[in-house]
Amino acid sequence: MVTTANNIIFELKQVNFFYGSTQALTDISMDFEKNRVTALIGPSGCGKSTLLRLLNRMNDLIDGTRVEGEILFEGRNIYNADNDPVEIRRRIGMVFQKPNPFPKSIFNNITYGPRLTGTRNRADLELLVEQSLKQAVLWDEVKDILNKSAMTLSGGQQQRLCIARALAMKPDVLLMDEPTSALDPISTAKIEDLIEELKKNYTIIIVTHNMQQAARVSEMTGFFYLGRLIEYALTTDIFTNPQVKQTEDYITGRFG
Amino acid sequence: MTKEERKHTSARYDQELAEIKEKLIYLGALTEKAIEKSIQSLLGRDSDLARAVITEDNQIDLLDVEIEEKCIRLLALRQPAARDLRFITTAIKINGHLERIGDMAANIAEKAILLNEMPQLKPYIDIPRMAEIARGMIRNSLDAFVQEDIDVANKVRIEDEKIDQLNDQIFRELLTFMLEDPRKIHASLLIMQVSKSLERISDHAEGIADMVIYMVTGKIVRHEAP
Repeated sequence: MVTTANNIIFELKQVNFFYGSTQALTDISMDFEKNRVTALIGPSGCGKSTLLRLLNRMNDLIDGTRVEGEILFEGRNIYNADNDPVEIRRRIGMVFQKPNPFPKSIFNNITYGPRLTGTRNRADLELLVEQSLKQAVLWDEVKDILNKSAMTLSGGQQQRLCIARALAMKPDVLLMDEPTSALDPISTAKIEDLIEELKKNYTIIIVTHNMQQAARVSEMTGFFYLGRLIEYALTTDIFTNPQVKQTEDYITGRFG
Repeated sequence: MTKEERKHTSARYDQELAEIKEKLIYLGALTEKAIEKSIQSLLGRDSDLARAVITEDNQIDLLDVEIEEKCIRLLALRQPAARDLRFITTAIKINGHLERIGDMAANIAEKAILLNEMPQLKPYIDIPRMAEIARGMIRNSLDAFVQEDIDVANKVRIEDEKIDQLNDQIFRELLTFMLEDPRKIHASLLIMQVSKSLERISDHAEGIADMVIYMVTGKIVRHEAP
């Protein structure tokens, strides 16, 4: 591995995960570096989204699931009983496949989370809205229509709004689950540029089915197959010279 | 692709890759033939044959363009990765090397036409030897490409040294001719250019072998001694 110990934000140690009696992840050990973009790739059902959802305890919401092993976030196991999942999800934000804005104004979409966690001052909220929308490169497009419903935005704009909404919670990590799969190429390119911009301040972990996207945006890539981490290396190495045959077969389109 | 290779989900993709490979092999055969004929035109003092080599270079050029277009098209449409990406970058480079080899054969033919108009300076001994080694290098480098065989590729890289030595030897010999008799300078210089062209051909064959090593291992060895 090409990581340095002090730069690691997530450390996974022999993680197993079960949906009921079905094992979805087997013996996953890997580190994620701070302020890096890491891509998780693999065919459908390989466990990559499950792993992503483990990182902010989203799988807790599903009955009958079980985690074994350790998932350390800044050195602390996020599955310790004394950790508050809500606080974990504030620090580790998530953006989903389909844009899912609240049926509220653009302004209220951004301020919904911060209000819940205690930010009430109007001036503070306005500043937060502007900052978050600017970070998500949406500000110029919506600054004059902040009170309009978020549902009037295009799909690409809605997705950037969802990213802005996640950023408003001032997270450390952004988990992205196929964030552009429902978007057209132009919106996709905007989100990819945004990822490049965001990695200066955030750690980003992205699940994608679009291999070129993984190649473009990430620095590290992990390839999953049947619930196992098959290969984890620098993205350039994975895409030009992977060391494991299964990885090569998958990324060159020889799978199946 | 090689024997035990898994197929792409898209069969058309496999066909496209195979087509590029076949065209390259054919181009290799054409260039090898061009060298053989150009040397024959010199040894046999056959200027008609030399002119044919020059005309036929056009065919090599057309094939060069065709292969390059196929490669570019595949890059654009398939976005190849990993071994496919290394294959296609290798194919583009091999194509360039072969096209230049064709040019070198035409250069030799041009010099042959001029030399054939003069009395023969000396019997040609080292030139045909060089040509034989150079042709063998092209053939072996393309075999290495087809078989994905880095041992064969490495042998090609070593062969290049023999050519360099022969080139130096020819140069020294011709230098003594020129010192002895200034009337021999023109013919000597032409022969030197022939020798230089053969030396370049072997460099291109070595370039092909370097790319085969890259294709198989992912390592760029071009600037490393064999």
